[in-house]
Amino acid sequence: MTESPSPPVTAPALEMRAITKRYPGVVANDAIDIDVRPGEIHALLGENGAGKSTLMNILYGLATPDSGEILLDGAEVRIGGPSDAIARGISMVHQHFMLVPVMSVADNILLGAETMANPIFLDRKEAHRRIVELGTRFGFQIDPDVPVGSLSVGWQQRVEILKALYRQARILVLDEPTAVLTPQETKEIFVVLRRLADEGHSIIFISHKLHEVLEIADRITVIRRGKVVGTRAPAETNEDDLAALMVGRNVQLVVDRGESHPAGATLVVSDLKVADDRGQESVNGVSFEVRAGEILGVAGVAGNGQEELVEALTGLRKPTGGTVSMGGRDVTGAGPRALQQQGMSFVPGDRHRFGLVLGFSLADNLVLTQYDEPPYVKGLLRDEKAIAAWAKRAIAEYDIRTPSANVNASTLSGGNQQKAIVAREFSRELTVLILDQPTRGLDVGSIEFIHRQVVAKRDEGAAILLVSAELDEVLELADRVAVMYRGEIVAVVDGPTAEREDVGLLMAAGRRAIPPVASDAVAEPGPTATGLS
Amino acid sequence: MTSLRRIWALAAIPVVSILLALLVGSLLISASSLATSPSLNPLLPLIAYESLLQGATGLSFIDVTGGAITFNPSIKPDQAARALTSTVAAASPLVLTGLAVGVGFKAGLFNIGGTGQVLVGGFAAALVGGTVAGQPAPVAVTMAILAGALGGAAYGFIPGFLKAFTGAHEVVSTIMLNSLAAFVIVGLVNDIFKITGPSFARSADVGNAAMPILFGRNGNLGILISLILVVLVYVLIYRTPLGFEIRTVGANPSAARYAGMSPRRLVVLTMSLCGMFAGLAGAFEILSLGYYPAVFGTSIGFSGITVALLGRAHPVGILLAAILLGAMQAGAPSMQITAKVPIEIIDVIQGLILLFLAAESVIRHALRSRTERVTPGEIGTVSRSYGDSTT
Amino acid sequence: MDVLFDIPILGFIFQFLAYLVDAIFTTNLPAQTLQLATPIVLGALCGVLNERSGIVNIGIEGMMLTAAFVGFMAAVVVSDAMPAAEAGIFGFTPALVVGVLAAIGAGMLVSLLHAWLSISVRADQIISGTVINIIALGLTGYLNRLIQPSGSAGTLDPIRPPAALLDLPVLGPVIQMFFTSGPITTSVIIFVIVLQILLFRSRWGLRTRAVGEHPRAADTVGINVIRVRYRNVILGGVFAGLAGAWLTLEFNASFQNGMTANRGFIALAAVIFGRWTPVGAFGGALLFMVWEALGIAIRSDPPPGDLGVFLSGIQATYPSLYNNFFGALPYLLTLIVLAGVVGRSIPPASVGRPYVKEGAT
Repeated sequence: MTESPSPPVTAPALEMRAITKRYPGVVANDAIDIDVRPGEIHALLGENGAGKSTLMNILYGLATPDSGEILLDGAEVRIGGPSDAIARGISMVHQHFMLVPVMSVADNILLGAETMANPIFLDRKEAHRRIVELGTRFGFQIDPDVPVGSLSVGWQQRVEILKALYRQARILVLDEPTAVLTPQETKEIFVVLRRLADEGHSIIFISHKLHEVLEIADRITVIRRGKVVGTRAPAETNEDDLAALMVGRNVQLVVDRGESHPAGATLVVSDLKVADDRGQESVNGVSFEVRAGEILGVAGVAGNGQEELVEALTGLRKPTGGTVSMGGRDVTGAGPRALQQQGMSFVPGDRHRFGLVLGFSLADNLVLTQYDEPPYVKGLLRDEKAIAAWAKRAIAEYDIRTPSANVNASTLSGGNQQKAIVAREFSRELTVLILDQPTRGLDVGSIEFIHRQVVAKRDEGAAILLVSAELDEVLELADRVAVMYRGEIVAVVDGPTAEREDVGLLMAAGRRAIPPVASDAVAEPGPTATGLS
Repeated sequence: MTSLRRIWALAAIPVVSILLALLVGSLLISASSLATSPSLNPLLPLIAYESLLQGATGLSFIDVTGGAITFNPSIKPDQAARALTSTVAAASPLVLTGLAVGVGFKAGLFNIGGTGQVLVGGFAAALVGGTVAGQPAPVAVTMAILAGALGGAAYGFIPGFLKAFTGAHEVVSTIMLNSLAAFVIVGLVNDIFKITGPSFARSADVGNAAMPILFGRNGNLGILISLILVVLVYVLIYRTPLGFEIRTVGANPSAARYAGMSPRRLVVLTMSLCGMFAGLAGAFEILSLGYYPAVFGTSIGFSGITVALLGRAHPVGILLAAILLGAMQAGAPSMQITAKVPIEIIDVIQGLILLFLAAESVIRHALRSRTERVTPGEIGTVSRSYGDSTT
Repeated sequence: MDVLFDIPILGFIFQFLAYLVDAIFTTNLPAQTLQLATPIVLGALCGVLNERSGIVNIGIEGMMLTAAFVGFMAAVVVSDAMPAAEAGIFGFTPALVVGVLAAIGAGMLVSLLHAWLSISVRADQIISGTVINIIALGLTGYLNRLIQPSGSAGTLDPIRPPAALLDLPVLGPVIQMFFTSGPITTSVIIFVIVLQILLFRSRWGLRTRAVGEHPRAADTVGINVIRVRYRNVILGGVFAGLAGAWLTLEFNASFQNGMTANRGFIALAAVIFGRWTPVGAFGGALLFMVWEALGIAIRSDPPPGDLGVFLSGIQATYPSLYNNFFGALPYLLTLIVLAGVVGRSIPPASVGRPYVKEGAT
């Protein structure tokens, strides 16, 4: 394609025509048309499961379309695989970074596009030079020898972008690039993206966040259920218009939470310290209390100690210092079993790792935390009848869509899996409820349903701790919002009146002042994101 | 109809694997005729399998005279009774070593230490049996069997403890323990527990602690105990809260922790339980023999792996698989005499069965049928934990 | 010194240390250790190559055993067909050359089976390794019984450096350790160094490590994960094959059933001990096997003084236990190291997990 005569300025750098891709039971892409001009930032907007990722996988050669064609600079091409895509100047920054944490920045960038000193050995010196040069050109300096795992998420993303530039990408696809960033980090990355576009790169920006899309994109294409439902310029649209296009109906995004009527403090945490897997103190003397009948939201960028905090509170991890008490009783260091018996329920953040046993039936999963309590045990044996009866009830009450209670949990959709966990945990006698990312990756319907249940539990008098990386979710639900930054709670603000920007700044910098511009700083091994890779 | 279909879904791949293994085995057997005669004998596999079947069940289907084969099904009742007793007697320790591996699978553990646990259990039974040899038989037998069970459990406890508290993966540690047990016990028998009299080094007679014979020539008490244990294990794994815990730890250790179970405790408990089953198998072998010989080679620990995998780590499957392997073992001597095929072909066929089981997805594809996975799903936890040996 | 030696009980330890130091510098203990460690190191290199690319290989034992049998049989057949007139360098006869090559070929072939099962069929990798071990034991046992090979093709000869070189200060003991054994043993140190350098400085090494840590990341930059894994597993078979050749063509001149005696598993422990690096695994193998070498040394030449008297006393009273103690030491040590060290070493992140490309189910 490089041989083709230089195209007219207006010709699209990339055109995808009538792309159709079917998977068993779904049409993921239904005759999708999209084009991207040189120097343009083109946003692809859609809900989870709308077909954005499938389309980009097709572009990147990870999936083969059933029909349709791809044109680069006006010439039709077949993209057989990632290496093919890279060779044609297409690069992709995946939502879950494709970086090897234990390897250095340079090794990660080199991988697959190695600069060689001779046919066998790498030329690390030359690679080093080129990486520093590229970074400088786009406004950030980075030490190529630092292990990627020790970088903050924002810097890992820059490594991903460098990876693309090192391969001389002309078309850059970014899949939900801001999902793990603070509002401030997002602004910084937008500066980088704009600079790339100004140099003539074409950028496809995938997102479901309306305000970001309006801010950065030159054009916005909205996809719903595998179809393009509209293309807009930011100037001629607004959030309501885009939301209606994206979801297809007027959804009430905000649950009416009403007023809270908190009583006495039920969960009291004081000066709690927790170490992470590597022995580093990642929760650094945190104190707060959650009162009966209120929702305390914990906001913060992923990797600032929330995970360890939740694990320590729920007994999965032993704290290294401080105390926790529940209903006046000291429960510091108690295991999950003891806490459950005291009236704690917990909806874990990683439902496949903690919340469910995917190979077990739905019924068994519905008793996962009560399997040895009456009525599910009679004498020495399990009471299958009682388990089946409860499963039937839970399926009806919590609207779990399943052919029967005996199918494996793995066959349920994400939303129904989460509803099963909610059914199990919400139906126990509880005084404290801990929710970790309760709606991550779910469809809008399930999110609404779960949010309603949470508010109902609050109104019944439960003390609820809600930890979420989605700032919007915290702001919608929480009566008070605690902001976590580098293992500390830097502020607690009133939920209903909290300003989005204000909380964002606290999340990003730990204070309410303008943070120093990070662009001239060498990557700081700050609070890092393990498990992001 | 649906239940038939369900049985087919469960059994298709094991059955096809067995048939394929016998087929490949027959190629090896015909090739073996080259070692004894100048020309290839294509009928040899038929003769070998026929004598194998006859030795295991007393059933005969064909007559071979010269080069001609005639179909002539026949059965000699007394021979059949003797053959079937041998098959069942050979199967009973395999049931136990199969459980020793299979129950481990349920908890996401791969107990390759059956061999060592058999040796320790057998040795413990021999020592206690030798001591109580003069007591009344019921007392002596009970004590010797209990000693075997405890010895095996203790030897299973070690890798369980190491796994739970130091992260040493059981696949490597149990194998090291197998070698250790072999070295140490040989030394102990030779240097300390040897009795004077016999021409070879062995421990004292177990006297009244010898396995009681319930029927036939070698239909001993162990058969009954094995059958009871199959039922008990089934109830334990599928009907009790403890079994639920074991299965949860096997399927998803993180979820088990979340649910308030103690994976460490369960790992230690399950490995000890597995060791107990293997120890019982060793005790039955030694108490049948009457003493512990310094050179005690047995493959029942190893065969337990085949039994457990073939039986999908399910107690009933393990029972069936053990009977199949027991039949092969019981019939092998008559095959070696009649067809002059080395007895080791049995090990090869067992290995081939496992090979085809491992390639189950290929077989499933070839069958074009919706059969169920044979490999116990929990084995995935074994492999993952190999990579996770840090925690 | 004598004062130390006379302390009750503790004195034994000092006497032992003195004996050990003496043995290291004046006897062939280091060379003996290297020799005994050779199959462990080669097996460990196989393990490193596999696990660095994300494949668990517990079938090293079976690969070695198969290679030992095939190599031996091939050598015997060739040696019967054309008895060697005279041996070349290292005592290489045509029969031994064919034997070593056949062993390597067998190792690669069994590795191919492991690769196919664990990469393409996506069978569980631990099951695949177990299957290989069981089949190797059964099949070699069966064929060995069937063929009952008579005779042997002899063994590879050790190098004999001039005595003057061995007497050199400093360099002497080093030459004694590395250049007084057969060719397979001697080549081990070269393999270790070359692989160590390639793993961390070459393109192959970079891609191998990436595939073992994060296969999807490697895939998205256009690296063929499946091909990298196949290549590494089969290359690993070369080393398992050499380990087998060492067993029947260099160290022994015969084949016995199950003669690998769990060396393949000690090799796995050496991999873990060495944190998945060739040099580290080499160190681990030496640590495991020095005790067996020491046992041989003590039995043939007991230490002087009280310790010697004590040991001879034990040997007289408990001859079998005494001998078996030294035989059991590598396994015991492996177990202890495994329990003590593993907790602190981190394997390649995706070891044991089959790779499924996105969109392909």
